[in-house]
Amino acid sequence: MNINTIRSSLLGAAMTLLAATPVLAADTIKIALIDPLSGPFANAGETGLKYLRYEADKFNARGGVLGKKIEIVGFDNKMSAQESLVALQTVINQKIAYVAQGNGSSVAAALIEGIAKHNARNPDNRILFLNPAAQDPAFNNDKCNFWHFRFFANSDTRMEAITDHIKNEKQVQKVYLLNQDYQYGHAIAKAAREQVVAKRPDVKIVGEDLVAPGKVKDFSPYVAKIKASGADTVITGNWGTDLSLLVRAAKDAGMNTVFYTFTGGSLGTPQAIGEAGVERVRYVAEYTNNMENKAMETMAVDFKKQTGMDFMWVGYKNAVEMVVAAMQQAKSDDPYKVALALEGMNFKSELADIWMRKEDHQAIVPLSISTMAKLGGKVKYDAENTGFGFRTDAVFAAKDMIPPTTCKMERPAK
Amino acid sequence: MEFFIISMLNGISFGLLLFMLSSGLTLIFGMMGVLNFAHASFYMLGAYFAYSMGKVTGFWGALLLAPIALGAIGAVVERYGLRAVHKFGHVAELLFTFGLAHLIDEAVHLVWGRSALEYRVPPELDTTLFTLFSTSYPTYRGFMMLVAIVMLVSIFLILTRTRIGLIIQAALTHPEMVQSLGHDVPRLFMLVFAGGAALAGLAGVIGGNAFVTDPGMAASVGSIVFVVVVIGGLGSLMGAFIASLALGLMQTFSVALDYSMLNVLQHFGVVLSSASPLFGVAKLTIAQMAPSLPFVLLIVMLVIRPKGLMGTREN
Amino acid sequence: MDQNQRFRSLFVWGGGALLLMALPLVFSQNTHLSVLSRMGIAVVFALSYNMLFGQGGMLSFGHAAFSGLGAYLTIHALVLMNKGTLAFPVTLLPLVGGLAGMLFSVPFGYVATKRSGTPFAMITLGIGELVAAAVLMLPGFFGGEAGITGNRVTGVTWLGIDYGSQLQMYYLVAGWAFASTAAMYAFTRTPLGLLSNAVRDNSERAEFVAYNPKQVRFLVMVIAGFFAGVSGALATLTYEIVNAESVGLQSSGNVLLMAFIGGIGQFFGPILGAILLTLLQSVLSLFTPAWLLYIGLLFLAMMLFAPGGLSSIIVAHGPAWRAGLMLRLVPSYLAAVAAGAVLLAGTVSLVEMCYFLSDTGRPASLSLAGIVVDPRRPGPWITGGAVLLAGFVLVHFAAGMVSAQWQRLRKDLNARGPLRRDARLAQAVPPVAEVQGTTT
Repeated sequence: MNINTIRSSLLGAAMTLLAATPVLAADTIKIALIDPLSGPFANAGETGLKYLRYEADKFNARGGVLGKKIEIVGFDNKMSAQESLVALQTVINQKIAYVAQGNGSSVAAALIEGIAKHNARNPDNRILFLNPAAQDPAFNNDKCNFWHFRFFANSDTRMEAITDHIKNEKQVQKVYLLNQDYQYGHAIAKAAREQVVAKRPDVKIVGEDLVAPGKVKDFSPYVAKIKASGADTVITGNWGTDLSLLVRAAKDAGMNTVFYTFTGGSLGTPQAIGEAGVERVRYVAEYTNNMENKAMETMAVDFKKQTGMDFMWVGYKNAVEMVVAAMQQAKSDDPYKVALALEGMNFKSELADIWMRKEDHQAIVPLSISTMAKLGGKVKYDAENTGFGFRTDAVFAAKDMIPPTTCKMERPAK
Repeated sequence: MEFFIISMLNGISFGLLLFMLSSGLTLIFGMMGVLNFAHASFYMLGAYFAYSMGKVTGFWGALLLAPIALGAIGAVVERYGLRAVHKFGHVAELLFTFGLAHLIDEAVHLVWGRSALEYRVPPELDTTLFTLFSTSYPTYRGFMMLVAIVMLVSIFLILTRTRIGLIIQAALTHPEMVQSLGHDVPRLFMLVFAGGAALAGLAGVIGGNAFVTDPGMAASVGSIVFVVVVIGGLGSLMGAFIASLALGLMQTFSVALDYSMLNVLQHFGVVLSSASPLFGVAKLTIAQMAPSLPFVLLIVMLVIRPKGLMGTREN
Repeated sequence: MDQNQRFRSLFVWGGGALLLMALPLVFSQNTHLSVLSRMGIAVVFALSYNMLFGQGGMLSFGHAAFSGLGAYLTIHALVLMNKGTLAFPVTLLPLVGGLAGMLFSVPFGYVATKRSGTPFAMITLGIGELVAAAVLMLPGFFGGEAGITGNRVTGVTWLGIDYGSQLQMYYLVAGWAFASTAAMYAFTRTPLGLLSNAVRDNSERAEFVAYNPKQVRFLVMVIAGFFAGVSGALATLTYEIVNAESVGLQSSGNVLLMAFIGGIGQFFGPILGAILLTLLQSVLSLFTPAWLLYIGLLFLAMMLFAPGGLSSIIVAHGPAWRAGLMLRLVPSYLAAVAAGAVLLAGTVSLVEMCYFLSDTGRPASLSLAGIVVDPRRPGPWITGGAVLLAGFVLVHFAAGMVSAQWQRLRKDLNARGPLRRDARLAQAVPPVAEVQGTTT
């Protein structure tokens, strides 16, 4: 036993657990957010917390709902489906009845199934799942579930908005599909293929690629391939570095194609893309901060002041606001009664009049296509402090963005 | 034709960046027998340092200072970390660097946050070098290639023309003998480790703004660098050079190959229906498998010839 | 084995079984049971890893490939059972996982064990990466990114056991973990197990005595793959989902940490490491986002000062315990714990403040053990830094005290006579992580 071993024993001795969590108040309505709060994806989880807390604070300032304040409790799932299920156990233990999760459709899928199993095995202690950001179309189709509600448009509907825009852009003649090689990317590629052919039979899909997510450092070979195919438009569901590297490589190679993206305006992408994206990157979203909507603009400015972020994810806002409305309508915070009030609800949000379809618990919302542009004129606000903003090019009303569904929902008796 | 030439240039420039990264690693491994898991983290630190320093000194200042900072960090790690663990064997050293890599990752999260940084190519280099047919080739890529080649030449000259270089070369193959002859081999180790770290840092300065600077950059490039070093031969700079170029070109060109087993089978008149259990595997194109191909090469090389292409040591 | 040893091993194993059965009485909440189940799974995984590493001298970076692939085949079996196509008791599903793990460890092991030492480690790294990539590339079989889900409440229910509740699941995991641990321990006593130790220590010499090191390594890898598959199946049943994480490199890295921190030189080392690390990863993350950093620091500290892991520290106390002189160490240990607590407080406060500043979603202020601090002001930083420095100084002195105490102890022990060599200790060999790679 030498001095070094001793030193190490001391260092390795029991860790003092220093409490850094806020004290949970007793009589509140709690909404749990199970998302990554540590590790490489912590940003995404922190963002969700901020959005939910902003909304909760707004209601709490007016006295909360049903006389109780709303409390948002974060649980770290380290971006893992298994950890999420473990976190769900803690949520159940703490008798929290509402769970939200925003990052990763596969994690969402695991949670939804876990919650469904729990609800079936424990009918006295049920949980409602609020989906503010998981885009997988399966959740309102073959994987639909009574206890799941989606508060924004899924990836298929987002593709509808893109292809509706392409329908009117006569200069689009040759389209290239570049997506990430996993479920999400496959779904987007499939939707693109079907919809482009249906809406613009004259347009040719000149090439398709699937890239391993997060693994490719050098997109110049892909850009070379796109160039060789003669495409003038690229539709891509890539996000994160897979998108920013692609756009930058395109700019480096002097390729002037237009990119229709799903995350061009968020998640740090504008910062990573920078000037390379101007007049090149298009973005489908419910809301971008240069849309002409006074109420949303006021809210977005206030949001930025409070949180330092651009307001982007309408799903979180809809989730809290609609659930509160449902609680008020049902005069209860019991998940089953709230679910019954939620489905079929017509809701007047600042963005537009939206509704929650009863068949598949999918919210019907408007979508817009915007393009990255320099500040000036209609582009009043920039994206993520980059000096470049998104200019709204087209808005599609909710009634034009109604998705089909194959959902055959099993309803619990009571 | 345009595609071929541009891809060739892209492949070579990517390969040269890989070489910058792997040269340090192969020297460290060759000399000390330590497979430095933290090497990719040094690369990441180089990019982050360049970003922060660049705000004060501009890109060119950072180009000089960041590798020096990384070299200093490397020296400290070797002197106080590796040397302490050295007596426990190679595996312990490897595990130490493994833990260090994780620690550096977390530290980067702490200091610079978790999202990508706006580390940009300096405007004087953000132009087009030339335009081939209709594709423009960015100046920065040319700059990257230039730096890599200058680096290769300098290392070569240092190793073959200076006294310390000759001692290092000797220590690469016979460290005990060199020690017996009276040279301070531990100090040499520290120098080589610091040098390797500095090279990785330099690669980070150059690569961080061409590609994205974010906390995930170490993980994404780490495995490939090991493949390069192993295939090229542990301890051989020339081997690392050849392997980097080969891998760079392979990665670049395989993207264009949309052929899969299905195509091959069709060529022979065999049609595989989608119901067949092998369909999933057969329809994978080479392009889809591109990022995994280096690992197949890794395994094949290790099984057939663990010394690598031009290696001097196996362990 | 003499009478004493027989009694002792009965005590250890019997006591262990009783403890496993009684734990849910103390930790009855579902969250606790879930953590206990995870510990059980981790223990089996870490022990199977140590078969390769600690006992066989084979450092592997791709062990999760076997547990993950075992998990995938298990969930497929479970799905077939859910659909009614296959009738098989859920209780025996881990066997399926084990066989599945073996199914893959045969070909992978064959390739990997052609080499040893660092080349072996690199091959396993390559295999791990390939399997992780393949899982995403073949969504038909592996369910893509979302993975595959199943329901463990299926088939015929015997005596009310349907594994629906967390409690029943815990007992399943505990049972299999106990059985696997016993089996793996038995393996270390078999000729093959002892041979793998020999091959680890000096494979050339083993060759001289007419044993083929490659064959030995291959067989060990296959058996380790079996138990890895068992742990994968247990995980499948606990989470009811298998996805790419199960084969990921993070999982492989994790088990390496567990084995190493616990101590690869003793059989029970990885058990300790698995329990400790699972606890840290589950519980610590509830309190602080810096848990990854702490685990990294712990690992590095272990590497620098106690590369034999926790088990080596425990074993080092063996002679003192047997001589009944443990009490002598208590005063200096108390001083050391106090000093360590100061050092820890300093470290933790600085780290937490760093994390607080870098985080964007935190509430308004940071609360350290009930004390509210504002990291934006210099005050807390100076205090934290001072505490840290004080900690270092105190630890230095305390370590000196402990070291002096140990020296006195050793002199006394030597004076009492030569240390009685424990037969069991003899086989546990190297106290220090000296693992040579050989060129066979």
